[in-house]
Parts: sequence; C-alpha cells; structure tokens
Amino acid sequence: MSHSEVSTDAEVGATAFTNSDQREGEYEASSLRAVMINRPRQALYAFWRDFRNLPTFMENVKSVEILDADRSQWAIAGPAGAEFDLVSTITEDIPGERIAWSSSEGSDVDHEGWVAFKDNPFGRGTEVRVFISYDPPGGVVGKIVAKVMQREPRIQARRELRRFKQLMETGEISTSKAPDAAPRASRHF
Amino acid sequence: MRALTWHGKHNVQVDTVPDPQIVNPRDAIIKITATAICGSDLHLYDSMIPGMSNGDILGHEFMGEVVEVGRGNTSLKKGDRVVVPFVIACGQCFFCERSMPAACDNSNPADKADATEIAYGQSVAGLFGYSHLTGGFAGGQAEYARVPYSDYGPIKIPDGIEDEKVLFLSDIYPTGWMAAENAQIQPGDTVAVWGCGPVGLFAIKSAVLQGAGRVIAIDHHPNRLALAKANGAEVLNYHEVKVREALLEMTAGLGPDSCIDAVGMESHGFSPDNVIDAIKQETKLGTDRPHVLRETIMAVRKGGTVSVPGVYGGVADKWPVGAFMEKGLTLKTGQTHVQRYLPQLLQLVLDGKIDTTDLISHRLPLEQAPEGYKNFKENQNEWTKVVLRPH
Repeated sequence: MSHSEVSTDAEVGATAFTNSDQREGEYEASSLRAVMINRPRQALYAFWRDFRNLPTFMENVKSVEILDADRSQWAIAGPAGAEFDLVSTITEDIPGERIAWSSSEGSDVDHEGWVAFKDNPFGRGTEVRVFISYDPPGGVVGKIVAKVMQREPRIQARRELRRFKQLMETGEISTSKAPDAAPRASRHF
Repeated sequence: MRALTWHGKHNVQVDTVPDPQIVNPRDAIIKITATAICGSDLHLYDSMIPGMSNGDILGHEFMGEVVEVGRGNTSLKKGDRVVVPFVIACGQCFFCERSMPAACDNSNPADKADATEIAYGQSVAGLFGYSHLTGGFAGGQAEYARVPYSDYGPIKIPDGIEDEKVLFLSDIYPTGWMAAENAQIQPGDTVAVWGCGPVGLFAIKSAVLQGAGRVIAIDHHPNRLALAKANGAEVLNYHEVKVREALLEMTAGLGPDSCIDAVGMESHGFSPDNVIDAIKQETKLGTDRPHVLRETIMAVRKGGTVSVPGVYGGVADKWPVGAFMEKGLTLKTGQTHVQRYLPQLLQLVLDGKIDTTDLISHRLPLEQAPEGYKNFKENQNEWTKVVLRPH
C-alpha cells in the first residue's frame, strides 16, 4: 500500500482531492480523517508518539504497555464487551511529522495505522491526518455488531480525533455524561 | 437539587436530580440565584428541536454564585458572582481565538458532535440545556449548574447591582445587540424588527443605541407592541395592517435599510405560506416555518441587510432566493457570540445607558416554572419575560 499523504492544497495542475485519495487499507475496515489543531506540530507529535497516551482519547484502547522502543501491547475493547490484545510495532517514525504502526503476527486483531502532522501554510495550526485500518474481530457479524455498538472504525476515528483535538487545545475532554457532568431526572439514566 | 426537566411536548416538571460535580479541571459549579425562560426554550417545549431526551434539564439564561472551582481554573474563586453565557466555548480553538465562540470547535462532546456534523456539514458548539445536538449539557433552570471552561465564559459582576439588571447578559441582551450589529446599521437608517419578544425588544434597544434613525417593530400582541413603542420604535400590528405595504408607505417606496427576523422557526399568523408550513411541520414534511425570513427578504430595500437572530433548526422551502439575489442583499445570522460582547454590554448597564428590566412581567420560584412555560407559551401578550428564583 501507498504511504503518500493526502493533499488538500490546491497544487497547480492537480485537483486538490480526488477519489483515489480515499484509498483502501490492507484490511477490511479503514478510515482516513483530517483535523486542524491549533497547537504546534512538535507538541502534537510528542503526545501521540508516547503510545501510553492513546487511551486518554481513544475510547476503545483500554490500556497500552510499552514493550521496547518500537513495540507496545494494546488492550482493545471490542463489540459487546469482548476484549482483544494486539502487539503493535512502529514501522515508520519521522519526528514531528509522521508515525506509522502495524500489528504483529499472532495479535487478536490485524491492524495498521498512521498519523501525519503538517504545518498549515496559512497559519491556521497543524493539519493532522489519521489513517486506521483493521479486520474487525468476528468477521461480518462482528462488523455489524461493531456498527450497532458505535465501535465502527469511521465513527471511532472521528470521535478519537475530536477528543485528541480537545485535549491538545484545551487540556481537557468535553463531556456531558450523566449524572456528574450533566445531571438529569434520575429515573431516566 | 431541584431542576426543571423536559419529558416531552408541553410536558416539563420540577424534579429532584443529582447535584452536578466538577468533572474537568476548568469547570466551576454555580449556585443559581436567577434564571429565565427564553423564547427559544419554547421551541423545546413545543418539541420543534430534535435531539431532546426524557429527563433533560432545560435553561440557558442563568447567573449565580461560584461555590466550587476545578483545579485548572485560576480566574474564578468561591463567592464570585457571575453571569454565564448560554454558549459553551473553550477560548482556545480557531473560532474562539477569532472571537467566534458560538462556533467553538471543542465544547460539543465527541459523541454528541456526530449529529450536527451530519445535519449541518460541521458540528456546532455546545449550549446549556438545549438538546443533545448542542452537547446534551444540563441547563440552568436548576439550583446548581456545572459550567465547563468557566475561566473563559462567565463574566464577574460587581457587588451592589441587582441580578435582574445583568441576568440577560446570558443571552437575550447580547443576542439583540448582535442582531442589530448584524443589521449593519448606518446613522439614520430605518430598521424593521419582526417579533417584539425579549430578543426583538433588545434588538430595538440596541438598534437605537447603534444609531438607527428610525425603528419599526412588528408583532400582534398589543402589550409587546407597547413595550416596543416605549423603547422608541414605531409599531405595526400585522393583524391590522399589511406589513409590506405599510413599510413601503412609511419609507416612501424605498423599504427599510435593514430587517431583523427575531421570530425564527415558529412564525404565527395565517398567511398562506405559513399555514402550509405549519401543516408540513405537523406532518414532519418540513421542520421550520420561515414566514418571517421570507417577509424580511421581500420587505428590505435593494442592497439592504437581513439579520436573523431567530432560531432555525432544519430545512425550509419556498425561500425567495430570486429576491435575495436580484436585490443584492446581505444576510447575517448565527448563534450569539456572547463572550465577545460581555464587557461592553455590562458597561452600558453600569453606566445606566440601557434598561434591561422593563420586559420582565413575571417573577416565580423555580417550583412554579411549569406554570411559567405554559403561560409564556399561551398568554404571550401579558407574559413577556419570566424570571425564576431557584433559591
């Protein structure tokens, strides 16, 4: 698969965004999403590069244990309360610009992903693009269950990126979860 | 604590609910001393806004005393008196940095933001007590409220000035002010304002302060028209006159320089377009009744400006796009960037340049809030603004 980055810059002689930019990953379910974050590129890279931080904004990554410089073990929440383990290996690391990873053989879930950070040329912050691809555990049924449970990768990815942006820009993740953050009439929890 | 909660169309109750807690570092908990029912709360009461859940606490106009602050909040302390903007905004995103807090990118929680990203193209900011489309935050018609990003939104109020003079900084006063600003008023302009509810009245007051030569107010409730008149407007009762003809006559055929739609999605009246829209709303074929939006576009002079503080939520048809283009109009709208206006508008109150209390018709304890909703909806002539006292 290609690692070339999607461009939304209007380059002379090229359209800004084509259907071929919406490329497929190696695995069945994949998602690419971009977000502008009003923080320096290096700070965003540094936070993401420490994979122990991923559970703070990735709801389905329950914990990450660092095994060595390149490898980490992730506990993933699957549909309907199931838990899966995967060992992730960093396959590319360009400080301040890009991190790519993929699951090692023997993981419960086959998974790959990358995140890229780029200065917006017009001073609007850092353009962050995240690509996630994996085979949903449980095959076709698992995919349907995942969608119903809102653990479908595209839903996941957009919420994870929103949380990452919130955390980086404001230092906290916005919530209206009942009852503490937003009380409601008690018989309706 | 006690709180006013929503249980379906025309069904609100005062229930006992859990107390709110500090959840994030920049939160504060406010003990609410005064809160109000907003005209836009009636859109929720009428079930016109989707995304409500049984048990939601309503209310987005409130003020009170800080009783607890999170560890990340260095600007507020226990005992401070504050008015809280109805818009929840972080202060640090692209939009907040450009003084557009009502477009805040971060305040709508990640899971709730999906709905408006799909409905509107981009997700919208969080608001207090205004459905799960705008974040599902608990509102302020309650004894206490949790205020996120409380180091950015709330404005401190000096001692010695009563609640009622500053309460409306939370919404309707800046909303009326921004509506007038969006009308791009030049000295001597004629400004027509549809709707003499609280936002319309504040738009009239603001248009006068911003230099309008003449303000013409349109409604059908005699008491609301009398309030408009007392604030310097000439008035038209649409049950008595054809508004567009009257406006043309009054401006010798030119039309008003600016028109303000302070009505929004639930127009009254029996004009043919509004009757058809009402049927569509009832049968779920349409969501909004944009009669006033159409009227403002038709009435405004060529090259004029239409300002829309009235709330719309979905889609509408028969929008006079031809008149809009051929007359070369400017349309400005949006939820209010409350935080942008607070210091200057508080100063006008402190200097005695604006009366913010003349529209208050009823003062009730929180326990009587359901009665307040019912009357604000059904007896609009007499019930012009309801202030609730939770403590």
